[in-house]
Amino acid sequence: MGRYILYRLMSAVPVVLGITVIVFFIMSLIPGDPATAILGAYASPENVAKLNADLGLDRPMVARYFIWLGHMLTGDFGRSFSLNRPVLDEILERFSATLVLAGVSLLLCAILGIAAGVVSAARQYGWQDKAITFAVLIGISIPSFFLGMLLILTFAVNLRWLPVSGMYEIYGGRTIPDLLRHMVLPATALAAVATGVIARLSRGAMLEVLRQDYIRTARAKGVSETGVVWRHALRAAMVSIIPVLGIQAGFVLSGAVYIEVVFQWPGVGRMLVDAILKRDLLLVQGGVTFVATCYVLFNIIVDVAQSLIDPRIKA
Amino acid sequence: MLSARLTRRALLSASAATLAAATLGLRAPLLAQTPAGVLIIGQVAEPKTLDPQAATAANDFRISVNVFDGLVRFKDGTLEVEPALASSWDISADGLAYTFHLREGVKFHDGSDFNAEAVKFTFERMLKEDHPYAKTGPFPLAFFFSSVKSVEAPDAKTAVFTLSEPFAPFLANLATPTGYIVSPAAVAQHGADFGRNPAGTGPFRFKEWRANEMVAIEKNAEYWDGPAASEAIVFRPITDANTRTAEMLAGGLDIMVEVPPVSLSQFRTDAYHIVEAAGAHLWFLILNCKDGAFADKRVRQAANYAVNKEALVNNVLEGTATVAAGPTPAAFNWAVNPDVAPYAYDPEKAKALLAEAGQPNPKITFFVTEGGSGMLDPVAMGTAIQADLAAVGFEVTIQTYEWNTFLDQVNPGLSGKADMAEMAWMTNDPDTLPFLALRSEAFPDKGGFNSGYYSNPEVDDLLNKARVSTDQAERADLYKKMQAIVHDDAPWLFVANWKQNAVSTAAVSGLVLQPSFLLTLKSVSKA
Repeated sequence: MGRYILYRLMSAVPVVLGITVIVFFIMSLIPGDPATAILGAYASPENVAKLNADLGLDRPMVARYFIWLGHMLTGDFGRSFSLNRPVLDEILERFSATLVLAGVSLLLCAILGIAAGVVSAARQYGWQDKAITFAVLIGISIPSFFLGMLLILTFAVNLRWLPVSGMYEIYGGRTIPDLLRHMVLPATALAAVATGVIARLSRGAMLEVLRQDYIRTARAKGVSETGVVWRHALRAAMVSIIPVLGIQAGFVLSGAVYIEVVFQWPGVGRMLVDAILKRDLLLVQGGVTFVATCYVLFNIIVDVAQSLIDPRIKA
Repeated sequence: MLSARLTRRALLSASAATLAAATLGLRAPLLAQTPAGVLIIGQVAEPKTLDPQAATAANDFRISVNVFDGLVRFKDGTLEVEPALASSWDISADGLAYTFHLREGVKFHDGSDFNAEAVKFTFERMLKEDHPYAKTGPFPLAFFFSSVKSVEAPDAKTAVFTLSEPFAPFLANLATPTGYIVSPAAVAQHGADFGRNPAGTGPFRFKEWRANEMVAIEKNAEYWDGPAASEAIVFRPITDANTRTAEMLAGGLDIMVEVPPVSLSQFRTDAYHIVEAAGAHLWFLILNCKDGAFADKRVRQAANYAVNKEALVNNVLEGTATVAAGPTPAAFNWAVNPDVAPYAYDPEKAKALLAEAGQPNPKITFFVTEGGSGMLDPVAMGTAIQADLAAVGFEVTIQTYEWNTFLDQVNPGLSGKADMAEMAWMTNDPDTLPFLALRSEAFPDKGGFNSGYYSNPEVDDLLNKARVSTDQAERADLYKKMQAIVHDDAPWLFVANWKQNAVSTAAVSGLVLQPSFLLTLKSVSKA
């Protein structure tokens, strides 16, 4: 197992390096530079050249790449032009906000999705199955940003039960209940699609497993129906559900971009959108590299978890 | 019996529901948490910096205008300057030396004294590359003061600016955030982080900045011009306009700036006040006067007659702008020529002019941007203009660019690329826009913004004279003549002057928007 993990980690290094190359050169090649973004209508060629020199952007592109990479290896991500603060501080702060939101959403959609799928499969063609299939269809079809706006309109503006936006109250301590109240709507909106997908796949996986011979054997031996479904069948079905969770984690993270904009959640998705529009090179490069690295690591964790559950997968 | 049916599953779901209800029940009343006397303002973005010399965005200025003072400031509701940190000033006869007599007894928020050394420090930090604190920049708008040759402090209450050439907009530029006076002690203490720990002399002192959440400023009880009406102000960045509107409707904000035109109607009730003010803003189309169809003045005039500006400001912009008459926004009341009226909407006249020019169907390439500072609703406006021009015979092809790319295309000049491009400017002096964008010496290859290559020696002469004059009446006269000529030459298609807007709850009083776009909040209070 240790060797397998080490091997997977080593093979991630070229992937991450490739990401740094791509993000650096894409940001350097797209039209418009930071100085133009900062100066706006005042961006005459002369003013732009002077400001770019002040920002250290007048050196050759390849040299800038290696300077950036070298600094980053020592943990120095540079200073953001558009926010005037260290890039790493900003990324860590924003990424933790995204992780809280995405993590809760993922947990929510895993629990709800798998439970719905299992119930659906156990009661195939029953009313529970039909109700769940209908709800799942709605969950999959509705765009999450639109669902977010509907939730705001209903629960924040009209009923005033929950806050519209942000992560904490401006006045008052940063308490867990306060965080939870702010998280109900965005986490729901973000989880909707993934819940539907997971529910569908869990249902399929469960139906497949429930037809196996050993399930019949278990029933014949007198195992209760609850025991058959939740202990025997679900464990076997998890082998095909877990990789889907890994993929959905990626979707939830990218879906967070819209949700963060709609709910003004101070997360990394919104940060990247703003940074791209402002041509904040270091913030985009650092942010993308950081998020992509986390995603690569997350996939490794999923694969390792899978090999723990399924003894057949051993590298 | 009911109790007999209470299965384990029912118990589980019941307790889950109770837990959920308990979580929701934890919500404290939303409004009660805001202490009395604190105004909460919905901003459009996270500020970049509160260092007034390093900032470039209106979003940042909305905060710094309340924390800092300049030597002079804009008189309430106008773009005319009046004394602020300088109680008076003298200008030498040649217009090269400005001597400011400073207010005494004023202290920065960090406790240090405001004096002539602080004035000298502020400008030298921005303008001298070998200044010990030059690295706390960059200072992108330093060119506002590029004519300043030196700043001297002969004694603590006198500051003398020497200019390399007479520069009429100098005083107006001193009233903008780029000219605000910073505390040298605070800059020395915080270095590059001064922008997150600002200290000025303004009616509010900086209190706290929680990244991506809020910036708080609190009342400066010792303010030289009398204390502010509110105890504190909190600026919340809410980028998405719909969310900002929802937050305002839900009671989470006291004031919201930049209300989207489509949302305004929701606030037309007794529970809210809508405030508007025409700003020193011009939305126009640059016409390529060098090559293509618009090289002929009659075709340029035809385009001006062909576009229905009233429909644009009322329908596309939902009344959040007024029709622009000429190159100078009406907000510069002292410098505007009352005889220059907007081109009427007259498609027949446009057709006649095109026929007279021998170009009944000119082919036009039109650069449109997706958005950008002061650009209002550029795609919708571009399409409406395209339709109006097509109705009189123009064949218009639109090319749309993202804002930064757009600027990279337009600012180096339109020649060989396009005949027409959208543009918008917000300025603080009637000199700025025409001087930088209408003179022959302001062609792009000479470092200016005359991307359409308009050239009229008479206009050059008027603008050059106006810049070196220090007599406001004489300047006004020159600008008025310039406007009449430019209006007739039509190097631009004059479209709209933006009315900035804001909404407050009915409990808020004293909110007034300034033509300078600076959000001064000293007299605003909440009942």
